[in-house]
Amino acid sequence: MKNLILIVVAGALINNVVLNQFLGICSFLGVSKQMKASASLGGAVIFVITVASGVASLLYDYVLKPFDLDYMKTIVFILVIAALVQIVEMFLKKTSPAMYKALGIYLPLITTNCAVLGVALTNVQNGYNFIESVLSGFGTAVGYTIAIVLLAGIRSRINEEDIPAPLRGAPIVLISAALMSIAFMGFPGLSF
Amino acid sequence: MNQYVERLYNGIIKENPTLILMLGMCPTLAVSTRAMNGIGMGLSTMAVLILSNLVISLLRKVIPDAVRLPSYIVIVASLVTVTELLIEAYLPSLYDALGIYIPLIVVNCIILGRAEAYANKVPPALAAMDGIGMGLGFTAALTMAGLIREVLGNGTAFGFQVLPESVEPIGIFVQPPGAFLVIALIIAIQNALGIRSRQRKLVESCDGCCGTCASSCDRVREGAAK
Repeated sequence: MKNLILIVVAGALINNVVLNQFLGICSFLGVSKQMKASASLGGAVIFVITVASGVASLLYDYVLKPFDLDYMKTIVFILVIAALVQIVEMFLKKTSPAMYKALGIYLPLITTNCAVLGVALTNVQNGYNFIESVLSGFGTAVGYTIAIVLLAGIRSRINEEDIPAPLRGAPIVLISAALMSIAFMGFPGLSF
Repeated sequence: MNQYVERLYNGIIKENPTLILMLGMCPTLAVSTRAMNGIGMGLSTMAVLILSNLVISLLRKVIPDAVRLPSYIVIVASLVTVTELLIEAYLPSLYDALGIYIPLIVVNCIILGRAEAYANKVPPALAAMDGIGMGLGFTAALTMAGLIREVLGNGTAFGFQVLPESVEPIGIFVQPPGAFLVIALIIAIQNALGIRSRQRKLVESCDGCCGTCASSCDRVREGAAK
């Protein structure tokens, strides 16, 4: 049990996917301009990464490994993720139009979000079983959401400040991310 | 001949994928801890990019428009798997240093972006040349960022001691925050020199990520407008 909690906390805070492993930087920098969009994207990412981690783990354990197709994992995972995002999109559109309206437009962005593929591959590398993979995916996605919502908050304050001209736009956002990353460096000090 | 040379110039300087187009930020930030890692990652990506541009250009009249993105992803993923196995076999130390970022070349926006924006419209030789230019531009940017971080954070350049031992290296530059800081400074210097990066509009309005999400970008903008 302790082990499982540790996987979630490590994924969310200690090895933060954006600030420590640099996955999903594009959407982290791109969408964080608006708080509402960031929170919605975060919700969609939590949903997709958790499901994708589970599906990838099952596929790896019951299809790729028994047939010795280990080397195919990159191709299989990326296709599964792309298909999964499509299915999730269609499913939401049919069953829950309200949720589709909130999350739908962000779903296609997630296919090329390297965090999804990154988590699936890391889980396999670490030899996680199904439950551990799902929890690790969930933790990582929560970490992504924390990071993007925090950055969105910082950016809404930055907009009201007088920034030196060369630093406007991407540089000041990257510097804010650097400071957040320094703060997150404190989390490995957590002891259990 | 001129248009081939123009492709090289375009990839390295005019439309440098990392510094001007701001594509592929994840590997740029992640593996630039050492100049050597930057070169290794840059060249691996370049190999995949040249081959994928070439294959996609050769198949541009065969692949139906409706399924072109899944087809590109399969082509790129196969090439990345081949590259990964080759690196694992012949350059194990580089394989350990780059780790998970080698398979993640698949989702590197530069590759799908070039396939979608250029390679599927031109003859193979030109597409391959574009791959070489873009690959060199990416390698140059990664190596530059890696060199700055290695010198400041570790006192070495390409593994050789360059700062005197008495100078204490600033450790934070080889840690994750250093990546954000160095890239921020490079872009700030570019801005101060008046070199416009094309990303600004893209990154701020949408993912800014790649050709694949161009259509979804429109949908995000529409969604935001509503």
